[in-house]
Amino acid sequence: MLSFFFLSSGLFLGWSLGANDAANVFGPAVGSRMLKFGTAAAVSSIFIILGAAFSGAETSETLDSLGSVNELAGAFIVALAAAFTVYWMTRLHIPVSTSQAIVGSIIGWNVFSGNLTDISALAKIVSSWVTAPLLSACFSAVLYGIAKAVLSKSSIHILKLDYYNRIGFLIVGAFGAYSLGANNIANVMGVFISVSPFRPFEIGTVSFSSTEQLFMLGSLAIAAGIISYSSETMKTIGRRIARLSPVAALIAVSSSSLVLFVFSSSSLSRLIESAGLPPIPHVPVSSSQAMVGAVIGIGLIKGSRELNYKLLGKIASGWLSTPVAAGLLSFISLFVLQNVFNQEVYKPIYYKVSRESAKVIESAGLDFKGNEELYDSIFRSASEFKDALKDPDNDSIRVLLFLSQIGEVYPDMDRALTDGRLSDVQFSALASVGGMNFQSRWQLYERLAAQTEEWRFEAGKTVRNARLLRLFKTVISEAD
Amino acid sequence: MQFIFKQTNELIRSIEEFIDITREGSLHFKKALSLFLENKIAEFEERVAIISENEHNADSLKKIIESKLYLRMLLPESRGDVLTILETMDKITNRSKSVIKAFSVERPEIPEDVKSGMLELAEAADKAVEALVAVVRAYFDNAHNVHEKLHLVKFYEKEADVLSEKIKRDIFAYSTPLAVKLQLRDFISGIDGLADSALDVADVVSIAAARLIV
Repeated sequence: MLSFFFLSSGLFLGWSLGANDAANVFGPAVGSRMLKFGTAAAVSSIFIILGAAFSGAETSETLDSLGSVNELAGAFIVALAAAFTVYWMTRLHIPVSTSQAIVGSIIGWNVFSGNLTDISALAKIVSSWVTAPLLSACFSAVLYGIAKAVLSKSSIHILKLDYYNRIGFLIVGAFGAYSLGANNIANVMGVFISVSPFRPFEIGTVSFSSTEQLFMLGSLAIAAGIISYSSETMKTIGRRIARLSPVAALIAVSSSSLVLFVFSSSSLSRLIESAGLPPIPHVPVSSSQAMVGAVIGIGLIKGSRELNYKLLGKIASGWLSTPVAAGLLSFISLFVLQNVFNQEVYKPIYYKVSRESAKVIESAGLDFKGNEELYDSIFRSASEFKDALKDPDNDSIRVLLFLSQIGEVYPDMDRALTDGRLSDVQFSALASVGGMNFQSRWQLYERLAAQTEEWRFEAGKTVRNARLLRLFKTVISEAD
Repeated sequence: MQFIFKQTNELIRSIEEFIDITREGSLHFKKALSLFLENKIAEFEERVAIISENEHNADSLKKIIESKLYLRMLLPESRGDVLTILETMDKITNRSKSVIKAFSVERPEIPEDVKSGMLELAEAADKAVEALVAVVRAYFDNAHNVHEKLHLVKFYEKEADVLSEKIKRDIFAYSTPLAVKLQLRDFISGIDGLADSALDVADVVSIAAARLIV
C-alpha cells in the first residue's frame, strides 16, 4: 500500500502538467471559442495517453541516464520536489518547465545518494532548454512566412478560413497532445521506472510491462488535470495570445507541438542520423517555453519591435532557478525523509575492481593502469569510487562504473524481446546466456563481448558506448 | 464536420445575397430617380416598391446572418467587425429607401437645369456603392486586396461631393422661393448621402481588414 502512496507525487505532477501544459495545446482554440472545452479536453486526454504509451519511452531513458532513482521513497521525493517547484514558480508567473524541475530534483537525489550525474546527459538536456524555444521560434517564423505568402495570394472566404482553422486546431491539437504525452510523460513517471511497484501482466495476447502501466497511470493523471482544472488556464492562455490572428495562433500551436515531437520521436531521429547528421536527443522540453518561442517567432516576422524582454528574462532565469530550487528542495526533503521518517530513499550501490575484472575493463578500451592499489577495495558510492581513481576519465567513467558495480544480475529476456533496438546478433548473443545468473556485470559483459563486437565497448567512442550502456541497462536485471 | 461545412456555405451565400441586395438597391435607386425625372410616375412607383422590398429583405438577411454568427460561434475574432460592416452597409439600403420615398411623397418640382446634374450625382453615388461592394467582397475573400480597392470609393464620394455642391449653388442662384430651394437642397443632400454612407462602410472595412490580415 505504501508503494502506491509513493506514486502519488508523480500523479500530482501529472495532474499539474495536465492542468497547465495542456493549455498550451488547446488554449488558443478554446480561449478564442473556436473549439468547445469539452471537445478540447476529450481530444487532448486521448492523444496524451496515446503519445505516452507509444512514444514516451525515449525521453524517459534520457532522464534515467541522468540519474536512475533506485528506491521508491526517493522517487516519491524527487517527483514531489519537482511538483512543488512547478507550483511555486507558477505562482510567481514564470512559464515554468516541469522537465527543468525534475532534472534539478534528480540531481538533488544524485548528490544525496553519492550517484554521479552524467554530465553529457545533463549537457544534452540543458542545451535542449535553450534550443527548444529557439527552434520553436524558427518553425513559427517559417510557417508564418509561408502562410502569409499563400493566404495573400489565395481567395478563401473568411468563413471558410474559419472552418479550416477549426479543423486545423483540432488536428494540430491532437498532434500537440500526442507530442506532449510522448515528450513529457518522462517528467511525470520517469523517476519511478526503475522502482515501479507494478508487475507485468497479460490480457489475452496483449502484455503490459510495468513501465507501460506506469505511463498509463501517469497519462490518466495528466488527463484528470486537463478535465478538472485546465479550463481556466486554456482561457487565460487564449487571452494572453489573443493579439494573434486565428491563423497565427494555429501556427504557434503547430510550431510548439512540432518541437515537442522533434525531441521525442525516435523514428525522426533515426531518419536524421541515416542522413549523416547528429541524432536529435530525446529530451523532455517545456511546452510553455516552446509556445513563448513560437509567439516570438511570429512577432519577429510581423516586424514587432516590442519583444517582451521581461518575459524572456524570466524564462532564462528559470533555466537556472527552477533546477536549483528543485534540487535543493529534493536534497533537503530526502534528508528529512531518511533521517526523520526512517525511510530508505536510495539503495547503496557498491563498486569493486578485481584483478580479473580489471582485464575485462582494459579489454573494453579503458585504462585502469595506475589504480592497482584499488584492487578488491569496496566503494560505497559512485562518487567515492571516482574520488579514489587517479585521473578519472569523464568520458569513460560510466562504462567503468557499470563494469565495476557489485551485484548478481541476469539477462532479462522479456525486456530484450520487447526492446526494438536490439540487433539480431545482439539478441542471439543475449539468448545464449539467457537463464544464467552472473555474480557481477563484468562477467556477463565478458560473455557477450566474446560472442559479438556489437556488445563490445570501444575506446574513444563515447556516443556508441553510451548507447550500448543504455542497452545493457535495459536488458539486465538484478537478481533478488 | 460535413454538416458544419454545409452550414458555412449557406451562411456565405446569405452574406453574398446581402451584398447583392445593397448593390441592386443602388441600381434601382438610380433607375427610379431617372424615371421620376422623366415623369414616368407609375413606373417610378413600381421601383419605389422594389426598393422598399429590398430594404426589408436586407434587414431580414442581416438578422439571420447575425444570429447564425452568434449561435454557431463563428468568426470569434472578427465577428464584431463583420456585424459592424453589415450594419453600416444596411444604412445605404435604408437611406436609398428613405430618399426615394421622400420623392414619392413630396413629388418635388425639379427645374430642367438641375435634372442632368441630379442624374450625374446619382451616377457618382451608385459608382461609390459599386466600388464599395468590391471592397466588401475583397474583405471576405482576401483582406490583402481591400486597400487597393478603397481609393475608388473615396474617388466617387469626392466626385459626389463636388457635384452636390455645384447643384446646390445653382439652385440657390435661381429666383425660386426659398422653401423650394431648401426642399431641393435636402434632396441633393439625400442623394449625396448615399456616397457618404458608402465611404463610412469603406472606413469600417479598412480597419477590419487590417485586423484580419494574418
